[in-house]
Amino acid sequence: MRILSAFAFGLLFGCGILISGMGNPAKVLNFFDIAGTWDPSLAFVMGGALLVTAIGYRLVFRLDQPLLASSFSLPTRQDLDVRLIGGSAVFGIGWGLSGFCPGGLIPVLGLGLTGPILTAAAIAAGILTARGLISMNVGKMAAKA
Amino acid sequence: MTEFTPFLSFAGGTMIGLAAVALMAVHGRIAGINGILSGFLTTQLNQDWAWRAAFLTGMVVSPLVLLGVTGQLPQISIPSSPALLAVGGFLTGVGTTFGSGCTSGHGVCGMSRLSARSIVATLTFMATAGATVFLTRHVFGG
Repeated sequence: MRILSAFAFGLLFGCGILISGMGNPAKVLNFFDIAGTWDPSLAFVMGGALLVTAIGYRLVFRLDQPLLASSFSLPTRQDLDVRLIGGSAVFGIGWGLSGFCPGGLIPVLGLGLTGPILTAAAIAAGILTARGLISMNVGKMAAKA
Repeated sequence: MTEFTPFLSFAGGTMIGLAAVALMAVHGRIAGINGILSGFLTTQLNQDWAWRAAFLTGMVVSPLVLLGVTGQLPQISIPSSPALLAVGGFLTGVGTTFGSGCTSGHGVCGMSRLSARSIVATLTFMATAGATVFLTRHVFGG
């Protein structure tokens, strides 16, 4: 049941990405190209997603616990740190170069094109590299302490 | 040029939102694709890995299901060269890992919870993405 529902939600998410245009890098890059061939469509994606999520989350959080899990896994941090802002800045540069954010890319992998597969491999390499750097840094701090 | 598609984009956005709400209601999880992907890239194939694998599989087969339902594949056009895709992808992986989230995790799930971290992260990556596109298209490119 857990597996089946997660699959169904991934399918719904992926269809939403493809219908909305978030999976089309030409459209994504045009959204950012206000000075050129601007296509404001993606603001409507964000608007639709935020509208549903803002209302839906409020209803969901009235539950004592999720239907198939013991508790809600929510980030609790409130502080703004260099890692959050620097990391997000680097992500934006990457997004602006490729036109693929992770959510836009994964559904497109199903088309079997080489460009998206290359991008996915590069994202995986980036995740593993950053994870390695973070654990090294944590190790250093632990050694100092 | 790409066609302005406010209705389709809004409809797709509501589907993304519904999936995020459903994942929270049933699994208690944030639908941050980079986070789901990151947790999938592990050697510990336990229950936590299984739902991530199932969610990602659902995403990957979505174009084929759309093809079955609508009779057409989504239009994808990739303006960037393979080199730019590789560099951009790598920076995306590094940045989202340090920044703890991407467009879905911070932009949709976090912002809808009014998380200050997510609002700042989203404004930051939208700004640098916009600056990058401006530089590559209007300053360095043609």
